[in-house]
Amino acid sequence: MPTDLFRRRLIKGFACIGAGAAVLPCCLSHASYAAGTGAKFALKEVADGVYAFGGVNELMTDANQGAICNVGLVVGDEAAAAVDSGGSMVEARAFLAAIKEVTDKPVRYLVNTHMHPDHIFGNAAFRDIGATIVGHRNLPRALAARGDFYLQSYHRQIGDALMQGIEIVPPTQTVDDRLELDLGGRKLELRAWKAAHTDNDLTAYDPATRTFFAGDLVFMGHLPTLDGSLLGWMRQLDELAAIDAAVTVPGHGPVPSAWPQALEDERRYFEVLAGDLRKAIADGVPLDKAVQTAGLGERGNWALFDDYNGRNATAAYAELEWE
Amino acid sequence: MKSQALTNRRWFSPISYSLAIAAVAFALLGGSTDIAGAQQTMASSDKIWASFKGDVFGERQIISDTGLVRIEAPKRAQDAALVPVDIYIDPAKAPDGVKAVTLIIDVNPAPLAATFTLGKDAGVTHISTRVRVNDYSWLRAIAETGSGQLHMTQTFVKASGGCSAPAVKNTDEAMASMGKMKLRQFPEPAMSQVQELQLMIRHPNNSGFQRDPITQYFIPAHFVQKLSISQDDKLILAMEGGISISEDPNFRFDFKANGPGEIKVEATDTDGKVFQDQWPLEAAGL
Repeated sequence: MPTDLFRRRLIKGFACIGAGAAVLPCCLSHASYAAGTGAKFALKEVADGVYAFGGVNELMTDANQGAICNVGLVVGDEAAAAVDSGGSMVEARAFLAAIKEVTDKPVRYLVNTHMHPDHIFGNAAFRDIGATIVGHRNLPRALAARGDFYLQSYHRQIGDALMQGIEIVPPTQTVDDRLELDLGGRKLELRAWKAAHTDNDLTAYDPATRTFFAGDLVFMGHLPTLDGSLLGWMRQLDELAAIDAAVTVPGHGPVPSAWPQALEDERRYFEVLAGDLRKAIADGVPLDKAVQTAGLGERGNWALFDDYNGRNATAAYAELEWE
Repeated sequence: MKSQALTNRRWFSPISYSLAIAAVAFALLGGSTDIAGAQQTMASSDKIWASFKGDVFGERQIISDTGLVRIEAPKRAQDAALVPVDIYIDPAKAPDGVKAVTLIIDVNPAPLAATFTLGKDAGVTHISTRVRVNDYSWLRAIAETGSGQLHMTQTFVKASGGCSAPAVKNTDEAMASMGKMKLRQFPEPAMSQVQELQLMIRHPNNSGFQRDPITQYFIPAHFVQKLSISQDDKLILAMEGGISISEDPNFRFDFKANGPGEIKVEATDTDGKVFQDQWPLEAAGL
């Protein structure tokens, strides 16, 4: 049972710590990760038959193998479902190897929580083992519009080696509203949301353990990124909070986290950002000026604030000026 | 592949604009090398510009950095889908007026972002809009004076990387409210004839680079092609544009109001849909 510090030292640049996630007590599985680097991909059992890996609060890089988001696994009597495939084929293969160490059940489903590369760049590895890839009804459209751009821009960001084998693989089964995945004696409840983080957010809920895989509808520590609708996200926070979960696996942040307290930080950030922008818009301050100061009061509360706040403010300004 | 893409850029005369989009889209599709390509630089952006400027302006001389036209954009784009750009005209340097301003984004699949026609004596000195920028690129504004001189200025924008793709964020919403317009009027100092307006149009302004996931064919581009903004029947500002203008096209500009009247807007998209609206001009200094 390695301590956080120990593992951080051991696995060099691929530590599974979220901001503020001091304790990761039971890493049950250590699959060989990238050969030669000594890196490990550790799945943690967060509830009975429910596992998750915690990504780092960083931008995707060659050094962190693209493993920046949380991915998960739910194991039934007959089959397992993975939640998100990770940010590279290297990560996806390590994930699959780690899955083999905790269950001999086949991975029948891969659930994509949304379109972003850190969650879907490993899809091809799951397709290749015959998993059905499940996504929001809008996911195919979103990937069609962005896939080539993602391949191009991430090529530069994470390099040739880590890009190897990465394909944009759209879901073969889509969710309009709700869908139950039967894993044998266990049902995983999928739910498609209205535009929020993106316009293709999908969550997975395991009623047996009341574990809620929130995807990027929940950010903790890592600044939320806005690529859908700020107003839609804010409007759905209460509906999210009403989900009868004990714990959540957020898209980014400590694994697991208490529910619904996990929503508090992002709710506060959204309110500050929207408040600042509404004032600027009312005062006639143009977009390029407004985004330089909006949300700054939240700067000390988040990792990657400087990487994403300006972008969030830009997108939110364009949305809020229609109010 | 590279040369093929550049050849296809020859299509980029304003007349055959939508044809050009299709042609270049297919050229890019064929080029997997471009997908893995290195980041553009000032020099490579210049090279692209040199390859197609003749198709836009022929052999006409273009004078650089005279101060007649100025362009501002963030050095690093926050969101590649929404890059604010401001174009300023110095009327003191254009005694015979400015007829048109063309906005170019070198590296975009459709580099000719927009051509603005300025109403005669409308007194437009500032146009602000938002554009998609695919990569590191020069953004260029080329003003054509009343006597036909071309004045150019440029600014370099670093836009790339991350998951901020230059694509529509909330497609359902964009389609559901398509054609809706909003006009904001900003108060100016009393006794000033100058009015500042902001026109917003709901439209996905789709790229046409989306492939249907089933058929793999490209979904045709769908964007606001033409726009005119007038005071009563007198033109203030017109635009011919394309997919480099961000979703929900947005234009903030100033002009000299010609007494009280109505601001009338007509926009036409590539599906032939016509959107119209009008608002009374709020008398600030009238």
